[in-house]
Amino acid sequence: MATATPTSTPTPQAPAVNRLNRQLPDYKGLPSTLCAGCGHDVITGQIARAYWESGVEPWSLAKLSGIGCSSKTTAYFLSKSHGFNAVHGRMAAIAAGVTAANRRLALIGVSGDGDTASIGFSHFLHTVRRNVRMVYVIENNGVYGLTKGQFSATADRGSVRKGGVDVNESYPIDCCALAIEMGCSFVARSFSGDTKQLLQLLKAAIAHPGMAVLDVVSPCITFNNHEGSTKSYKFAKAQEDPLHEIGFVPHFEPMLVDVDPGKTKVIDLPDGGKITLTKLATDYDPANRAGALNLLAQDKIERRFHTGLIYHNPSPSLSFIEQMGMVDEPLATLPQSSTRPGREVLEQVMESLS
Amino acid sequence: MGTATEIAPSAAATYTGETIVNDLVIEVATSNGTGSQSANLVLMRSIFRMGVPVGAKNLFPSNIQGLPTWFTIRANGDGWIAKRVAPDVFIAMNEESVEDDLAKLRPGAVLLLRTALKGFLKRNDLIVYECPFDEMVKDVDVKLRKMVVNMAYVGVVGWLLNIEMEAIDAAIHKQFAAKAKAAEINVVCARKGWAWAAEHLRKKDPFLLRRLDKTKGKIIVEGNNATALGLTFGGCTFLAWYPITPSSTCAEALIDYLSEHRKDAATGKATFCAVQAEDELGAIGMVVGAGWVGARACTTTSGPGISLMSEIAGLSYFAEIPAVIVDVQRMGPSTGLPTRTCQGDMLKAYYLSHGDTKHILFIPKNPKEAFEMGSRLFDVAEHYQTLVFMMTDLDLGMNYWMSDRFEMPTHREDRGKVLTAADLDRLGQFARYKDVDGDGICYRTLPGTDHDLAAYFTRGTGHTERATYTEKPADWQRNMDRLARKFETVRRELPPPEEDLTGSPVGVIAYGTSDEAVAEARHLLRLEEGLETDYLRVLALPAHVRVKEFLSSHRVTYVVEQNRDAQMRAIFAAEFPESASRVRSVLHYSGDPIDARSVVEGIVKQEKR
Repeated sequence: MATATPTSTPTPQAPAVNRLNRQLPDYKGLPSTLCAGCGHDVITGQIARAYWESGVEPWSLAKLSGIGCSSKTTAYFLSKSHGFNAVHGRMAAIAAGVTAANRRLALIGVSGDGDTASIGFSHFLHTVRRNVRMVYVIENNGVYGLTKGQFSATADRGSVRKGGVDVNESYPIDCCALAIEMGCSFVARSFSGDTKQLLQLLKAAIAHPGMAVLDVVSPCITFNNHEGSTKSYKFAKAQEDPLHEIGFVPHFEPMLVDVDPGKTKVIDLPDGGKITLTKLATDYDPANRAGALNLLAQDKIERRFHTGLIYHNPSPSLSFIEQMGMVDEPLATLPQSSTRPGREVLEQVMESLS
Repeated sequence: MGTATEIAPSAAATYTGETIVNDLVIEVATSNGTGSQSANLVLMRSIFRMGVPVGAKNLFPSNIQGLPTWFTIRANGDGWIAKRVAPDVFIAMNEESVEDDLAKLRPGAVLLLRTALKGFLKRNDLIVYECPFDEMVKDVDVKLRKMVVNMAYVGVVGWLLNIEMEAIDAAIHKQFAAKAKAAEINVVCARKGWAWAAEHLRKKDPFLLRRLDKTKGKIIVEGNNATALGLTFGGCTFLAWYPITPSSTCAEALIDYLSEHRKDAATGKATFCAVQAEDELGAIGMVVGAGWVGARACTTTSGPGISLMSEIAGLSYFAEIPAVIVDVQRMGPSTGLPTRTCQGDMLKAYYLSHGDTKHILFIPKNPKEAFEMGSRLFDVAEHYQTLVFMMTDLDLGMNYWMSDRFEMPTHREDRGKVLTAADLDRLGQFARYKDVDGDGICYRTLPGTDHDLAAYFTRGTGHTERATYTEKPADWQRNMDRLARKFETVRRELPPPEEDLTGSPVGVIAYGTSDEAVAEARHLLRLEEGLETDYLRVLALPAHVRVKEFLSSHRVTYVVEQNRDAQMRAIFAAEFPESASRVRSVLHYSGDPIDARSVVEGIVKQEKR
């Protein structure tokens, strides 16, 4: 059914350029220093491609991350974008300040399951509540890689630590379910081994006018790729069950393929872009919030691994910037004439205190 | 409603005994949440309106309603208005604290005792006026009676001390400016108190107040309000905060000022963003995020907050991101005494975070300075691309201070070394951490700058001049040395200390809110001990070279601090070790604001040793 899915692959002429006349290398970063075969590197590649295909100016984007293997990856894509590899767990809070200071900046945050679900859990949830417009990618491998293999808070109960001795007895945190609970209007789950789906989800997330959370299972091939792990490549590959086949058509491209309304659902985004969801085995409605939460709850119980656009609210609440009622110009570059009240204001205040 | 003509003359009209004029401390013991703060502020403002210099300290519990609170007003014709212990006139309203309150009074003190509490009086060495305050307002609506009974003591003490009824009227109308009906009821109650006193009391104490002209042009303001106003005029564009006593009123005042005075004229939209964060880690995270992008970003907090902010403080220092923290210090360690004052965060703030980290600290002595420094904090943070603290305290932040009016800032804002797209075109290259000018301060670009050369990678890890990752020892050390060089640039350029030199071999150093008490203490030392002292007040850290010279040029220097561990002295010892043996401490850390007598005793005791 792949032919029925519209895609936005650029015309195959060399050198391929996007609508800004930029080539893909403009969206690349430094060489990765992660372990060879790391799932994160696959995600890195798709992020670069997604921004290229979306025609985003690299200088108009800020890349944010915390600490951990995943957080290192912001150096490995989009070298022409400002990057901020901050401290462990605080990236989501930092993002609120970044967007407030320049509302025109596009934002991507890359985090891991330790960074998001443990040390930075509160900031993650509160940033979702605030609806900071950003693409928030969780590279979820259920393990602390950089400190050599401790369980993270997303590790499933009963999963076995490398070496086969320790078994995780704690209940796992599901960042997708919590994001929905906190009011997130775009929640997706994917797998680093499913690059085709991941790319489309990333492009849809870039176009989403609010916070978009992507929980991407990304196997740690060094510390969590063994038998008994529920985040290993083999386990994820075998268990992945896409909810739909997802496509994305950006606002600047025409819809090339006619869709069959009986099979494909089209979600219109405010900027004119379109998400297409083509039915696979069963019908899934990502606009059904209770249905999405129920799916995730069942997934946890039955140890299923559904991927795709799990929840999408077609009428999301105001973004953080919209809630703040700020001027259109970035706060960062407001001149003194806008930010220092006049002498008469000070005199009026002094009078009131006399 | 009575008119001025019906007011009986005050006690001063017929009193013929010995007098002490314009030199007294009034203390009022009430219960919090009963409206007593309004009555006490009216009392303070009444004296202020008579032109008599006045200071006030509110000692209140960490509680919303029903626990003891004490409000102290010092009126002094010579302008000594720091805290003074042992009140001359005590108004006992609160049963819960009365036993201790009465036991602590000095012999000969004047006591206005609520009739219901007269059973607690076990002493005969006080000048007592028993006052049925509740009786005086018994025909006021019962729902209001608990609140307005406090205004009755304002009337009684007004009659007794010769506070002008017109001044009381005006002060009440100021206090209840937005509530005309409440103002009227309170005026009535104050007059009931006055009339009762005129009819039933005969003055037998010496304390009187008489009109002066020493408060003309002055204002009454809380330091937190002054700080907020300074941040507003300093061009604050971003605030993230988490509520914590005693800083919350600073953030709230800032939001009020920004909301009222910082809307775009054409669109009515805000030229700022204020966020209540999930915690202090989030607050400083947002501030650093906003500062990275170029907003003039700040947070307000207190000791427990800066403990939580510690890690990101180091990121601000090391990644060189402008940020501002206002620390309204409260008594620690731990949760400590949230409603009591101290200067206990100096050492912590100066070195906040792990590794070799140092920050710029501004230390205002009063509201006017809090305003002036507050209006420069963003300039300093952006100029040096680093974290800047303003260290106030609960005494400054939450007490009402008589102050000179604030003057309109005239300086042009300083946005620091920021390269634009045009600059990058001209230069053709950019290295974020290269010390181009030799002052340790590098050039930065703001995210969103429309140029392919603008981007750099900000990190808290080891970085080269081009902001790439490095673990090379030479790279690391070179960067740390440059940061140290930048800090020495800061040291040269921060405001020098304020000095008063008499040629004495004995020096005194203080900072922040200790200034008033130290000034009075020096006066008392001269008067009572014949001891002249030189004085230096530190306005900012890192300490100016003048501090080093002062320490080395005095036989002994007493560093006066409101903390237990001599924190400023420890900083001096680290930075000017050659003078360490000449430095002694006078320390005050009870939670009350420092008073002149404590300073005098602290110095005299050590001078006699």
